[in-house]
Amino acid sequence: MDVRRVDPRWLISTLAVLLPLALVSSLLLGSGGFGWPALWQGLTGEAQHVATILWQIRLPRVVLAAAVGAVLALCGAVMQGLFRNPLADPSLIGVSSGASVGASVAIVLLAAWLPGLVGLPVTALAAFAGGLLATLLVYRLATSPIGTSVATMLLAGIAITALAGAAGSLLSYFADNTTLRRISLWQMGSLSGAGHDRALLMAGVAVGLALWLPRYAKPLNAMLLGESEARHLGVPVQKIKRQLIVLTALGVGSAVASAGIVAFVGLLVPHMVRLLAGPDHRYLLPASALGGALLVVGADTLARLVIAPVELPTGIITALLGAPFFVALLYQQRTRI
Amino acid sequence: MSLAVANLSLHVAGFELLRGINMTVPSGQVTVVVGPNGAGKSSLLKVLCGELVPSTGTVLLNDAPLASWDDAARAQQLAVLPQHLALSFPFSAQEVVGLGRIPHATGARRDAEIVAAALKLLDASYLQRRPYTSMSGGERQRVQLARVIAQLWQPPAHGSRTLLLDEPTSAFDLQHQQMTLTLARQLAGEGVGVLMVVHDLNLAASVADQLVVMKDGTIAACGSPAEVLTERLVDEVFKVDCTITPHPRSGLPMVVV
Repeated sequence: MDVRRVDPRWLISTLAVLLPLALVSSLLLGSGGFGWPALWQGLTGEAQHVATILWQIRLPRVVLAAAVGAVLALCGAVMQGLFRNPLADPSLIGVSSGASVGASVAIVLLAAWLPGLVGLPVTALAAFAGGLLATLLVYRLATSPIGTSVATMLLAGIAITALAGAAGSLLSYFADNTTLRRISLWQMGSLSGAGHDRALLMAGVAVGLALWLPRYAKPLNAMLLGESEARHLGVPVQKIKRQLIVLTALGVGSAVASAGIVAFVGLLVPHMVRLLAGPDHRYLLPASALGGALLVVGADTLARLVIAPVELPTGIITALLGAPFFVALLYQQRTRI
Repeated sequence: MSLAVANLSLHVAGFELLRGINMTVPSGQVTVVVGPNGAGKSSLLKVLCGELVPSTGTVLLNDAPLASWDDAARAQQLAVLPQHLALSFPFSAQEVVGLGRIPHATGARRDAEIVAAALKLLDASYLQRRPYTSMSGGERQRVQLARVIAQLWQPPAHGSRTLLLDEPTSAFDLQHQQMTLTLARQLAGEGVGVLMVVHDLNLAASVADQLVVMKDGTIAACGSPAEVLTERLVDEVFKVDCTITPHPRSGLPMVVV
């Protein structure tokens, strides 16, 4: 009958040990696999081709995978707290879709008018703007003087996702072959072709959010009781909600811009952490960041290995891994409660 | 004086939910609000805790307007237990009660002591490691009551403490109802101003220093239970024909239908 949990500090330490191991293995594994001696030679610059693979291809990709995973899992955990729904996810309230439309618009329009400008900073900004716009629209729709209705917000998110889907299809319809391929590859969620710029941008966002978001842990805990109850506990609910919405739009927007929609990470990782260590955000947030990084690095390594030398988009792997596992978790919960 | 309103009214979407309300929730006393469904009891409670902004009148908490208090300072003086709570995350009872310590900076060790003591007070120590989602209605209500009591555990730096309870005993068995009443009296004895909304008039009469009877958004009567509870008033407000006799042991008015 008692809550069955592992010590959250133990979980966080375990994840913190596993993550560097996964990062290093991911550096070593791939279509051109090599062992420790070659890795050492590559790092010291003795073997030129290994050094090129490591620094130019693998390292940015591994860093990007870890950062995207951490950001998506963190944003998922925060959104689930905000909406007091353990199944909520940035994609549910339209942030991912909005960001995706923003990025598509940037890719298509810039390809047509200013081909020289198609680059990460512009796409990322467009995705952030799209995500933020979608969130603000949902927020305005669902907020009244009495408070925010969670049900309305989720329904509005569904409407925005549908609208964004239509806009995306419309853009694809008018896009030429090259642009179309670029959009669809990117929509599948791919980490391939990660450059230093993408890796750096995402790493910055990930480190920033991982350090900044835990200060919202206590207010988020209180908000699980309900918004009025959190207010009675002295939490400035409206202010905190606004800040968290902007921060998650920033996180999801930059993740979508640099790696497309990598599905299920924001839903799966916080859910697993909660099952293992409980819903306290003081532990949930750091554990989700580490777990998300671990999951996407693992998924990306698999994506490179399964049918090497061909690579799968990472989003397919996370969805293939995530969906059945998630269904299993739901089933297990259903029988327990 | 802990919480007071004068000439308060509340209009929502063209409806006048409350009008001409003058009342205080004095510290050290138990105030009980009764009234038929739709009389405005819950609206009154929502205005008193700042969840709804009154159309006229101001809520004064320790002589300053409620809205002028800083969030944490307000939460140290005023705690609220709403009627319905939806918590769908598997916090343990200990963690739920621990949320009541958020407005305070007393440190983890002291907070843990307070949480354990509050759970014990509500006869809920055996629940401390149980997930909230697997508890019965009465157990959840006791844990939530322990949470608001943990929130008001020690006197604040300024003023006195006020506790607002919306039907706190609705899911309780007889024993836990009595326990809650004893607890309310005990808190009042420590200087807390307690306001409870209840439905059972006998329960109200047995605990109240001040009984507030509401009807159609106004206060129909206010005073000690002996003054207020008359056969005519119960007939007028609740449309029930009853007999009122003194309780054989306490001598307080007892409503027999």
